[in-house]
Amino acid sequence: MAYSNEFLLSLYTKMIRIRKFEETILELEKSGQFFGLYHLYIGEEAVAAGVCANLRNDDFITSTHRGHGHCIAKGADVKKMMAELFARQTGYCKGLGGSMHIADFSVGMLGANGIVGGGYNIAAGSALASWITGGKQVSVCFFGDGASNRGTFHEALNMAALYKLPLVYVCENNEYAASTATAKSTCITRISERAKAYGIPGMTVDGNNVLEVYEAAGYLVDRARRGEGPALLECLTYRHFGHVRGDAQRYRDQQEVEERKKNDPLVSFRTMVLENNLVSEEQLANEEKEAADEIINAVSEARLAPEPEDCQLFENLYVYEEGEGAVQ
Amino acid sequence: MKELTYRQAVIEALSEEMERDPRVFCLGEDLADGGISGRYEGLASRFGPKRIIDTPISETFIAGGAVGAAARGLRPVCELRIADFMLVAMDEIVNQIAKLRFMSGGQCRLPIVIRSVYGIWGSMAAQHSQSLEALFFQIPGLKVIDPSNPADAKGMLKAAIRDDNPVLMLERKALSEKKGPVPDGDFVVPIGRASIPMEGEDVTIVSYSFGISLALEAAGRLAHRKISAEIIDLRSLTPLDYGAVRQSVKKTGRLVVASEGVRKGGVGAEIAADIAEQAFRHLKAPIVRLGAPFVPVPFSPKLEKLICLSADDIEKAALKTMGPDLI
Repeated sequence: MAYSNEFLLSLYTKMIRIRKFEETILELEKSGQFFGLYHLYIGEEAVAAGVCANLRNDDFITSTHRGHGHCIAKGADVKKMMAELFARQTGYCKGLGGSMHIADFSVGMLGANGIVGGGYNIAAGSALASWITGGKQVSVCFFGDGASNRGTFHEALNMAALYKLPLVYVCENNEYAASTATAKSTCITRISERAKAYGIPGMTVDGNNVLEVYEAAGYLVDRARRGEGPALLECLTYRHFGHVRGDAQRYRDQQEVEERKKNDPLVSFRTMVLENNLVSEEQLANEEKEAADEIINAVSEARLAPEPEDCQLFENLYVYEEGEGAVQ
Repeated sequence: MKELTYRQAVIEALSEEMERDPRVFCLGEDLADGGISGRYEGLASRFGPKRIIDTPISETFIAGGAVGAAARGLRPVCELRIADFMLVAMDEIVNQIAKLRFMSGGQCRLPIVIRSVYGIWGSMAAQHSQSLEALFFQIPGLKVIDPSNPADAKGMLKAAIRDDNPVLMLERKALSEKKGPVPDGDFVVPIGRASIPMEGEDVTIVSYSFGISLALEAAGRLAHRKISAEIIDLRSLTPLDYGAVRQSVKKTGRLVVASEGVRKGGVGAEIAADIAEQAFRHLKAPIVRLGAPFVPVPFSPKLEKLICLSADDIEKAALKTMGPDLI
């Protein structure tokens, strides 16, 4: 398939922003400036970028605990994301959510989720809303190989298949559920095979190849939008860093990590577009600089932004009636 | 004003609200067939399969799906059948429904109603008989209502459907076929205000749901002994109308709290603690707190009866607050 220079650059824009965002977190973490939990997406950027390139602004996604990449790919504002990580009033969740709960309903990002497997049913409910109202919006649920062993997977996929909901389930198979290798937790090698149990299409693609992800997801998203029902897309990828901050990674050799890092989705995309003269070195460098600047600005602004006021603790717990005090 | 059963009153509320607002739909098991015990009777044929949506036996989908649909602007009414089954969807109810608005800094409204019947009813044993209201009234982000009569069931369900917050409506099995007057027209009962089904001077009896039927019976017997009981029907457990209870205790100086749930850490414990903190000086006698013993519900009708709250228990508790020689 022939792609325009503009389109290829747009994919790189997303991937490089995700990469720079996560690398900045790593640096901040080293200097002891961060708190709470966050899970880095480095190495998996091609999945979010490739899938979301098929989505419209009014389509919906649900994300995971490892959600920064999905947010950026769906069009969230990195400034508000960074401010949330700093627990600022100006953050997406006004400092009440943090990394695992970033959401941007205005771009159809229905939330990261601190519960593994918590997104399946929320995405199915969003797809059900399209089904009820006759809307053409597609919903996409990102989840990991570890989450595929949750019971909610079965309830959501069965219901989605039964009602032919406009929905694509995207498994990011990064080979580890926290510290447990997929082979030690899962009795099949391809999670996409589970699609058979629901009578829906299942596909496995190279999740480090953004164009392969884009094309497969495009086929399944279009199909869902036409009313032909849900599908399961498995993207094979690799998590370059630990599960979470402070993960000593005793469960895998550094040698394995170094070997697998060679198949970096950004590096291989860069090489491919340059070798085929599809995008110039200058254009890529520009994108890299722009992304880096944007993240640096986001950090500077977040540092200066105010922390939440004490009164904001209760402000958004309920939707209050006019004059109603805190609900007790 | 007409006489309806609790179940009929609820169906009337659902049907009026679905008529009023096209965003309202029901989601749950066996709904097309009228729901268990006819809880959705006649609605499927009237509103069709896109408003009365039948699901497989998938509680996590029913509750979790409601989140996605509500985030998209719809107003789901989730049928979770029997309260014990709600536990299957605890993640969806407690981690997702109750928290998404808060965690996202107020980005969304989740106008979700969860309906569930509960309580002891004819030897259904340990997994079909629980009174779990205390679990849920501990969860910030949820509202919890537990109406005691057909009028409140209708009016509070209508309020719950119109509420932009998640509301858990608990419905006591024993009340389902109970009849009562239900006002005509658009009758809405605000959530969060207790009612006073009987005014009195000597002792305050606080309860809710089926406990109110028992309290009324006990109050009748107390009246024969010239003891005037005031009954407070909490109706809503979150928000909890602390003010109504405090005000009544300030008048009577005596308090009995009667709940069918496990006594330890229950709704009664919360009310008793609040009165001890806020109205201690007004108390003329120690508070009496009634609730179930710390044990699952047994199958044996004989043992089941042993742990049921009764009008006798409430009567004796009230007498105890009046003076030991009365019992």
